Amino acid sequence: MSQPSTAKSTGWPMALRLPGLETTAAWLLALIWIFPLLYAVWAAFHPPAFMVRFDLFAPLTLDNFANAWAQAPFARYYLNTFLLVTGVVFAQFVVCTLAGFAFARFPIPGKDFLFMLVLIQLFVFPEVLIVENYRIASTLGLVDTITGIGLPYVASAFGIFLLRQTFKTIPRELEDAARIEGCGWMAILLKVYVPLAKPTYLAYGLVSISHHWNNFLWPLVVTNSVESRPLTVGLGVFSAPETGVNWATVSAATLLSIAPLLIAFLLFQRQFVQSFLRSGIR
Amino acid sequence: MVEMNSHRRMQLYGALLLLPAAVLLSTFAYLPTITTLINSLFLPGFRGAPTEFVGLENYRLLIEDSTFWRVARNNLIYALGTIPTSIALALAMALFVNARLPGRGFVRMAYFTPTILPMIAAANIWMFFYAPQIGLFNKLLGALGLSGVNWLGDPSVALSSVIVMTVWKEAGFFMIFYLAALQGMAPELKEAADLEGTSRWSFFWRVTFPLLMPTTLFVLINALINAVRVVDHLFILTKGGPNNATNLLLYYVYENAFSFFDRTYAATITVVILVVLAIVATVKFAILDRRTHYQ
Repeated sequence: MSQPSTAKSTGWPMALRLPGLETTAAWLLALIWIFPLLYAVWAAFHPPAFMVRFDLFAPLTLDNFANAWAQAPFARYYLNTFLLVTGVVFAQFVVCTLAGFAFARFPIPGKDFLFMLVLIQLFVFPEVLIVENYRIASTLGLVDTITGIGLPYVASAFGIFLLRQTFKTIPRELEDAARIEGCGWMAILLKVYVPLAKPTYLAYGLVSISHHWNNFLWPLVVTNSVESRPLTVGLGVFSAPETGVNWATVSAATLLSIAPLLIAFLLFQRQFVQSFLRSGIR
Repeated sequence: MVEMNSHRRMQLYGALLLLPAAVLLSTFAYLPTITTLINSLFLPGFRGAPTEFVGLENYRLLIEDSTFWRVARNNLIYALGTIPTSIALALAMALFVNARLPGRGFVRMAYFTPTILPMIAAANIWMFFYAPQIGLFNKLLGALGLSGVNWLGDPSVALSSVIVMTVWKEAGFFMIFYLAALQGMAPELKEAADLEGTSRWSFFWRVTFPLLMPTTLFVLINALINAVRVVDHLFILTKGGPNNATNLLLYYVYENAFSFFDRTYAATITVVILVVLAIVATVKFAILDRRTHYQ
């Protein structure tokens, strides 16, 4: 690995050798990065008068949360988001498992071409095609329904890809053993492939939950009533600057909408980060 | 003969397994892509429903539409403003967190947390900073005796404000890919370099950075896609204003389709987005996947 040392490599700032300075920089950046969130917490738990007055002894209050909860149907939004996320993830698991299994193990004519076709969806997302997808959703009578929000995402190229890769790594011998015991294809899928792919399901599930909890544009387009709006759209409608809602209340509402996912993340940081990593194929 | 039949059965079974995905993908990806292309060749009628075939007329209108050019330029500036900065910061963050650092767990969490917030929530939070009178930034400037800046209302500043918020939201996500790559690097490289007396600076540029190239390209593709795909924050921060100073392509599509009810023009702009995505996809599949593979 001997390399001729150049003037450039020796002449550079000594600062880079000082871990103290690097530590300071790392911490400074971390504080800047977390500050917006801390600020939202500050604003949500203090009376509006303390929005920009940082007084250590400012009175704490839950009024902002009470106001937010009273001014918008957050309970309903929670329910909608919960139904949306569970429904989408469950349907994705079913559809992508079947397709991933087919791509991994069945001799379908033109399989490689079909797989390339599937991968196109990694680039052409439902939200890019909002105009036509809205028309299709309305033809199918799905406008303003939770099904309408979720259905375009169910056949996820990403899920099909991940499961296909996982299924391909599972040794055929296990499949043969199950067949000798008299298992059909469905039983083989459910008893051999699915259990061995558990880590993939966990990773994909977490990524999918975060994505659909946070998704906004398509849900905004396809919903128009409280009965179907998820939290993000509810929050968007509630906190649009022109509604003139008090800011402390907006921060409380914002925290309400992000709390479940944020808490889940803080508790299961490692799993979340691992999942995002495993899913890094797009 | 029996062999043949069982092969046939397997094919049929496989096709049946693919069926649900095929129906859904056709309905919500392929069909809408094709109808988008077709609609861009028609003039709008009642509530934007396409009526009259006009060939490339919509594309002529697009080329003459100064707003479109402004929006396209914004999107380019937005991409150039967010991508290199996010990538550089993500790499710095990964290097920080990969080293021995007191409070590493907290620092890593701080970097990554914005990633799991919805864009809408992030925009709400940054609204507290950017708002003209009561916003934190102007309060701080005021305390220093400086006059405030209209962060989102001044056309020459607004897009930069949106870019800063996006960098904050994205950098931590890219960091985890760099971190994983750094952790996968052979420690012998560092030991060898130390024996040679290589400075950390030149070790970074001569060893680490080149080895991270596949990660950088991967992150770059993701960042490019996000730059045309994510416009959620505009709904809170600026609504594309002032005077289209922060309007981006997908938001312009939304405006045309759902505010101006001009579905065929919206389809025409969507075609532009699809072309951009097609170029990104080609680069990824034709060039990158041939030379590098991820996991």
